[in-house]
Amino acid sequence: MNTAEWINTVEYKELNFARKALVVNPTKACQPLGAFFCASGFEGTLPYEHGSQGCTAYFRNNLARHYREPFPAVSDSMTEDAAVFGGRANMIEGLKNANDLYKPKMIAMCTSCMAEVIGDDLKAFISNARDAGSIPASLPVAPAHTPSFIGSHITGYDNMLLAIVKTLSEGKYKDGDRNGKLNVIPGFDAHIENIREVKRYMSMMGVPVTVLADNTETFDSPLSGHYEMYHGGTTLAEAGDSVNAIGTISMQAYASAKTVKEFGAEYGQKTAEFNYPMGIAAFDSFLMKVSEMTGMPIPASITDERGRALDAATDAHQYFHGKRFSMFGDPDVMLGLARFIMEMGGEPVHIVSTNGTKKWEREMQALLASSPYGSSGTAYPGKDLWHLRSLLVTEPVDMLIGDSHGKYAAKDAGIPLVRIGFPITDRVNLHRYATLGYKGTMNLITWITNAFLDELDRTCDDAHFELLR
Amino acid sequence: MKTTEVKGFIDELLKAYPDKARKNRASHIAVKETAPETGGETAEPSCSTCAIKSNVKSIPGVMTARGCAYAGSKGVVWGPIRDMVHLSHGPVGCGYYSWSTRRNLAQGKPGVDNFVPFQFTSDYQEKDIVYGGAQKLEDICREIKVLFPEAKGISVQSECPIGLIGDDIEASARLMQKELALPVIPVRCEGFRGVSQSLGHHIANDAVRDHVLGKGKLPDPGPYDVAIIGDYNIGGDAWASRKIIEELGLRVVAMWSGDGQIETMKLTHMVKLNLIHCYRSMNYIARHMEEEYNIPWMEYNFFGPTKIEASIRAIAARFDKTIQDNAEKVIAKYRPAMDAVLAKYKSRLDGRKVMLYVGGLRPRHVIGAYEDLGMDIIGTGYEFGHADDYQRTFPQVKEGTVIYDDVTEYEMEEMVKKLRPDLVASGIKEKYVFQKMGFPFRQMHSWDYSGPYHGYDGFPIFARDMDMAVNSPTWKLVKAPWA
Repeated sequence: MNTAEWINTVEYKELNFARKALVVNPTKACQPLGAFFCASGFEGTLPYEHGSQGCTAYFRNNLARHYREPFPAVSDSMTEDAAVFGGRANMIEGLKNANDLYKPKMIAMCTSCMAEVIGDDLKAFISNARDAGSIPASLPVAPAHTPSFIGSHITGYDNMLLAIVKTLSEGKYKDGDRNGKLNVIPGFDAHIENIREVKRYMSMMGVPVTVLADNTETFDSPLSGHYEMYHGGTTLAEAGDSVNAIGTISMQAYASAKTVKEFGAEYGQKTAEFNYPMGIAAFDSFLMKVSEMTGMPIPASITDERGRALDAATDAHQYFHGKRFSMFGDPDVMLGLARFIMEMGGEPVHIVSTNGTKKWEREMQALLASSPYGSSGTAYPGKDLWHLRSLLVTEPVDMLIGDSHGKYAAKDAGIPLVRIGFPITDRVNLHRYATLGYKGTMNLITWITNAFLDELDRTCDDAHFELLR
Repeated sequence: MKTTEVKGFIDELLKAYPDKARKNRASHIAVKETAPETGGETAEPSCSTCAIKSNVKSIPGVMTARGCAYAGSKGVVWGPIRDMVHLSHGPVGCGYYSWSTRRNLAQGKPGVDNFVPFQFTSDYQEKDIVYGGAQKLEDICREIKVLFPEAKGISVQSECPIGLIGDDIEASARLMQKELALPVIPVRCEGFRGVSQSLGHHIANDAVRDHVLGKGKLPDPGPYDVAIIGDYNIGGDAWASRKIIEELGLRVVAMWSGDGQIETMKLTHMVKLNLIHCYRSMNYIARHMEEEYNIPWMEYNFFGPTKIEASIRAIAARFDKTIQDNAEKVIAKYRPAMDAVLAKYKSRLDGRKVMLYVGGLRPRHVIGAYEDLGMDIIGTGYEFGHADDYQRTFPQVKEGTVIYDDVTEYEMEEMVKKLRPDLVASGIKEKYVFQKMGFPFRQMHSWDYSGPYHGYDGFPIFARDMDMAVNSPTWKLVKAPWA
C-alpha cells in the first residue's frame, strides 16, 4: 500500500490519534490576535503590541485578509537588545511615536510572548512612559498580558476586553446606580454582521445596549474616497459606563469568561452567557433572557421574523435530515453550530476544537445527548485538522463546516466545505452576512442547503439531473 | 512635480514625528536627482551607499510593514521546500499566521510528499516555557517520522521564546538526526533577531549551507547544469522561469526554494552556474557556493519582455554557441506573443504612474515590466533592503522618483495623497487603506491571488492584472452622484 492510501486507513488514524507532542493544523491562533480584534472595537483605539514587530505584521495581515479591510496597529519593535535589557526603552519611545503620529483616543496594549518570557511589567512601563512625557496623563492605555503559550485567541479577546473595561471605568462605578443599559459581548465573532443584527433586535425591543466590543464599522467601512484610520467602535464613555449597566450578556461564554465574571462579581450585575446562539431555539433563549433581564417584551415584529426563519427551516429541513456533518472551530461556535444542525434534523458527527477544554467536551457531549440527532456525535477537544482528516476519511460525513483551513481535508474527503469562522480567505463577503439571529439562521440554511444541491448538480449523472430539487 | 517640491513636501510630512523619530525617518527617504554639472547624466545622490539609510531598526510605535527573522526563514526560505516538514517551534501563533499565506505552489500530494500547505507546531505551553521543551521536540520528531514517512527532513524554525529560555535545539536535532536517520535541521530564526525578515533569510541560508548543501552527489553532472535561486514559486512563478531556462537548453538541477526539494538542493554545489532572482534573500548561499565550490552566480530578471530578453541573453552569454543560438530562438518564439500583449494593454496603461513598496527584489525588478507597458514608476522602496539593493535601484529609476526605506503607513499615505499615482502596488496591509482612498491597488507579494508574473507565461497575466486594477469600472463609482 502506498503512503497516499495508507494515510486514509484506520491503522493510520490510530497512529495519528496516538500522537502526544506534535500539533498539525490547529484550529487556534494565539492570544494577541484576539486582543487586537477586541481592541479594534473601540472608538479611536490603537492596538499596540509590546514585543517583536513580526507578530503585529502577522496579526494585521491575517485580519486584513479575512475582512479585506485595513487593520491599523503598531508594535514597539523589540529586538535583541530588548531581550537582554527589557523593553522599557522601546515602550517609552513607542508610545510617544504612536501618540504623536496616530493620535489615538486610547491605546490598547497587549504583549507578545517575547515580552512575557522576559517578564516585562506593562503597568510599570506605561507609568514610566507617562513620567517621561511620552503620552499625556489623560490618554487611557489599557494593558493586557497576553502570553501566546497560554490559551488561544479567545483568551486574548477576554484579557483585552477586561483590561479595557477596567481602564476606562476607573472611578466610574456608581454602586447600584444603574444606567438602564445592557452590555452585550459578541466574543471573537468573525461574522461581524451579527453585531449589527443583535443591535437591531435590541432596538426593536427598546433595549439600550453597549456592545463590548463593536467592530462592525472597523471591519466594514464604506469606500468613500477617504481613509479614516479610526472608524466606528464603542465610544470610550459608553465602555467606561458599562460597569453601571443593569446586566451583561455574552454571546461567547468561552471567549469572555473572565470579563463576564468581573461584571457579576465586582459590579453586581446580572449576567448571562450563551454559546454562540445559532438557530431558532438558541436565539429564542437569548431574546427571552434579554427580556427577563430588562423587563422589555419581545415585540410582534420579532415574532414575525422568527416565523419567516422557521418557514425557511421547514422548507429546507429535508435537505438536512439524516445528513452527517463535521465541524471545527472555537468552542462556543461549535456548541452553537451543533445545536443548530440538530435543530434542523442533521447529525453532528466529528466536532473538533483545538482550543476546546475538558469542560467544553462535557458540555458538548451533554448537548449531543440531549437530542436523538446527536447520537453519532463526538467532541474532540485539543485535536487538530490532521486528526479531523483521519476522521473524515475513515468515518465519512456529508459536509464539513469551518474556516478556510478546512478546505484541504474537505478536498481529500470529497465533501463540500461551508465556510464559517475565522479566517475565511478564499471566499468573499461572508463576514458581511449574519450567522446569528433569525436572519442569520436563514443564511445558514441557505448556504448549507445550496452547497448540497450544487454538489448534487455538479456530480450526478444525466438521468438524475433534475429541474426540481 | 519638481524634485525640490517633492523634497519640501517630504520635509513637511516628517514634521508629524517627534524630533528623534523625524531625524531617523528623514535619513530613509531620498529623491533621485540628476546632477546639473554632468549635463543631465544621472548621478547617484550625494553618496551612493549612504544616500538612504537601510537595514537598521524600525522606530518603535509606528506602522512598519516589516516582519521578523522567523518570517524570513520559515515564511520565505524554508517554507516552500516541499519534501520536508517545517516545524514552527514555540507557541502556536507564528506558524498559524504564516500557514499557506505566501502562495508557494508545490507539486506532490499534501501530507504524503508535500508538506507546504501545513502548520506543524510544537504549540508551546507554559510548562514548556518554564521547564524547557527538549523532550517535546524529540517526541515531535519521532511522531513526524511515524506519521509522515516520506518526509525527507525536518527543519526546526525557532520562535522568540526558544532563544530566550535557552532550549538547546541543536543538541536535540543532533540526537534525532542520528536516531531517525533523517536530517533534522535547527534554525535559530527567533523573531527578535535582527531588524526585519532579512536576518532570517541569512540565518536560513546559513542553515541550508551547514545542513543541506553538498550532502548529495549528482550522478551525471553536465555542462549545462544550473540552479534557480531565490524564486519562491508564488502563483507558479518558478515554473514559468524554469520553462524558459529549459528552453535555452540548460538543465535545472535544483529550485531554491519554490517547489523545492531538499533532495535536489543538496546537489546544487555541483552546478555550473547559479541563477539568482531574489538577490536579497539568497545572495548568501550563492556567495558561499562561489567561495567554496567556485560556482559563479548571476542575477537575472524575468519580469516583462525587455528584462526577460536581456536576461536570457546574459544567461546564454555564460554558455556556448548552442545555448546562445537557443536564446535567440526563444526570444524570437515569444516576441509575437509579447507584442500582442503590448498591443492590447499599452494604450490602456501608457503614462500611468505607479508607486511601489514591496520587499526582496521586486521594488527594482518589476520596474521594467511596468515600463514595458508604458507606466512610470514615481516611487519605490524596500521593507527590508540593504545598501546593495538601493545601489541597484537608483540607476533603474528616473529623476524625481522618491525612494523610501521601511516606509511607515503614515508616510506612504501622505505621499500617495500628494503624488497621486494611478496604481499603488504593495502588500496586504496597505491594500485596503489605498482602496478606501479610491486608488487602484495590486498586491505585489502574493500577486493578489493571481500569477504567475515571472517569465513569458507571467507577463500577459501581469499586464491583464494591472489593466484590470487601473481601469476597473468600479473606480468610476467612488463618488456618489448626489454627493
